[in-house]
Amino acid sequence: MSKEKQGEENGRPDLEKAVDNSRRDFLRKVTLAGAVTVTGGAAIYSGHRFEKAKHNEGMVRVLTEDNRLVEIPVEQMRDFKPDLKMLQTRGREGIAGRRWVMVIDLSKCRNARKCVEACQSAHQLRPYEYHINTLVMQESVNTPAFYMPKPCQHCDNPPCVSVCPVDATFKRQDGIVLIDNERCIGCRFCIAACPYSARIFHWQEPIQVESASETEDEYDVELNVPQKKGTITKCLFSADRLRDGMLPYCVSACPNGVFYFGDENEDAVTNGTTKETVRLSELLETSGAYRLLPELGTKPRVYYLPPRNRIFEFEEGEKREYKEDKA
Amino acid sequence: MDETRFNTPGEQRKIDSIAADILRNVRINRNFILWMGFLSAVLVLCLAAYVIQLRKGLGVTGMRDFTSWGMYIANFVFFVATSLVGMLISSVLGLIGYKWVKPISRIAEIIAIAFAAVAGLVIISDMGRPDRLPYVFMFGRVQSPILWDVTVVTTYFVLSLLLWFFPLVPDLAISKSRLDGRPAFLVKAYDILSFRWEHHEVQYRIMKQAIRILLILIIPTAFAIHTVTSWLFAVTPRTGWDSTIFGPYFISGAFVSGTAALIIAIYFFRVNYKLQKYITDDTFDKIGRVLVLVSIVYFYFNLNEFLVPAYKLKTGDAIHLRELFSGHYAPLFWTIQLGGLIIPVILLLFKRMRRPLPMLVISLFVLCGAWLKRYIIVVPPQAHPNLPIQGVPVEWIIYRPTLIETAVTVASIILVLIIITILSKLFPVIPIWEMAEEGNENDKTLDKQ
Repeated sequence: MSKEKQGEENGRPDLEKAVDNSRRDFLRKVTLAGAVTVTGGAAIYSGHRFEKAKHNEGMVRVLTEDNRLVEIPVEQMRDFKPDLKMLQTRGREGIAGRRWVMVIDLSKCRNARKCVEACQSAHQLRPYEYHINTLVMQESVNTPAFYMPKPCQHCDNPPCVSVCPVDATFKRQDGIVLIDNERCIGCRFCIAACPYSARIFHWQEPIQVESASETEDEYDVELNVPQKKGTITKCLFSADRLRDGMLPYCVSACPNGVFYFGDENEDAVTNGTTKETVRLSELLETSGAYRLLPELGTKPRVYYLPPRNRIFEFEEGEKREYKEDKA
Repeated sequence: MDETRFNTPGEQRKIDSIAADILRNVRINRNFILWMGFLSAVLVLCLAAYVIQLRKGLGVTGMRDFTSWGMYIANFVFFVATSLVGMLISSVLGLIGYKWVKPISRIAEIIAIAFAAVAGLVIISDMGRPDRLPYVFMFGRVQSPILWDVTVVTTYFVLSLLLWFFPLVPDLAISKSRLDGRPAFLVKAYDILSFRWEHHEVQYRIMKQAIRILLILIIPTAFAIHTVTSWLFAVTPRTGWDSTIFGPYFISGAFVSGTAALIIAIYFFRVNYKLQKYITDDTFDKIGRVLVLVSIVYFYFNLNEFLVPAYKLKTGDAIHLRELFSGHYAPLFWTIQLGGLIIPVILLLFKRMRRPLPMLVISLFVLCGAWLKRYIIVVPPQAHPNLPIQGVPVEWIIYRPTLIETAVTVASIILVLIIITILSKLFPVIPIWEMAEEGNENDKTLDKQ
């Protein structure tokens, strides 16, 4: 209304009015377009900057299995839980470049049985089911008695592996002898063949540990848990802990510094109690190290240091009596 | 020119009379049904024990971590041992040319089949995970003696089955027209299994060649099955098993238990099937001599196996032998050695003792001794491992078989009896054509004279 009024007041002709109108329109459009361009550009620019910033923050650097450092977006990360197939493959191969070895210093053992307990709790065993047991030894009537922790000897020439009909028990490249209870048929030929009584059989249903049943974990051949009825189980040198760069359960649990554990290739063993690392060859050489039943040619990977200059006197602990679970 | 056998009237009459004697027992009568009913009832009862074992695990047996092989493995060794008699009679004695083994060779093969077949099942009853039996074939490792055992026991079973069946074919052809009053299925089975045998000379020649090849092949197979069975023990570094003579020691023992089983069987068939004409007093005299021979060989190996380590008394041997000679297992050990080996040999040296009834009694002693001997071989060496047994329940230290594992073992013996019963009741237990043939040869020699 106001425009027409103005036009009439000015007394200009209609044509002039029309031209005037179109110019004003044009100016308006140009201004609008400019504003849009600036705003849009700014938006795109800031968006670009935002995207760029987000991109940098969202990458994560990870070390792959073959030791390559790579970057991957965070949103593409998945929690990895090894499946049975992978656990089996890596469990049977072992850890490359390692030759695990254990040294047991008998002069330090006072039968605390912490090694036994730690092992039984980790591997879900009953109190009378042993991967490692501390035995009372006496070579002859005139020689003193001593305590001897006895794990599997992880022989380099293992009689148990030779006789297994189905490859359920096997020797890994890192020296460990393992048992796969997904494969074991329960013939117990390996028990008959083992000169160290290192193997035990699940004559009845193994104990069910509550935490294990909650998580429903895959069977890990390096931990041999869950245990299975009708199959063999034995000491594993805690292969699962070694994979995580930790010492075996028994070695860490010992309060008396009995166990040394390490890698023969590195020529170094670490004491589980003091965490002191010593040269393996030197330890064996200076301490009169020996292996059990060497005449059998089994070539154990467990060495013993003789019980000389005993730190603790031998005391026959209270007689433990075990009752079989009648489940 | 008709080249068939048994076509003259004289031969036909002979066949008729022999077939009548032997086919008299091929029938499903009341006694057979009662006996099979009894065996089946006991079997079902014993299999219930196996079901319990399957459900609860091997913990229902007396076996534990230290003595982890018990009655089942002893029984397995005994079964494999006893099955070797098929090879001894048909091959070793048959190929040498002794005629007196002909009437008893089929019975020997039946024993071989039954014991070899059930031996495989006995091993399964000892497995912690019988459901994983296919793994033995899927993941089998040739290094393991178990694989060798599976292979040779199966081979031996098949060869024994063929050695039983090939000579049976002419008998089935002879018998199929003489089965009046027998069930139709049996007549039909005879008809099918006789493969249209027509008693052609060519057929006999081919069959005899085939049998000869089998008889030769089964000798190394039989030696293999028991040698490998002995190696299940001898390959382990365990005192009492760690012996270089275990192979021949087991084989010679196998001939003892197999011969004893055969004597018991032929006594039974002679009396119950009224086969005195075929299984004669002379047969017993001869097989008695065989038992003496194989027992003396076995005694010789025993002497080596026990006396040589007993002289040296190495630490482990000393503990093991003390247990056997004067310790926990002494009563069993001496009963077996005297009652199951030495006294029988001495008795059988007298001709009076090589008559049917005394030999039955002696053979029962020898057979029981043979079973217990396997127990003595398997169980005691596990009771004293190199490192002491500590920190376990007391019942783990000394192995005592439980009722359940005894029942499962009884089941395996029942199964053997069922197989022997079926094979000897539904088919001629003595080779008819061979008896007729032998008669012919005698006639011919008479003609010449």
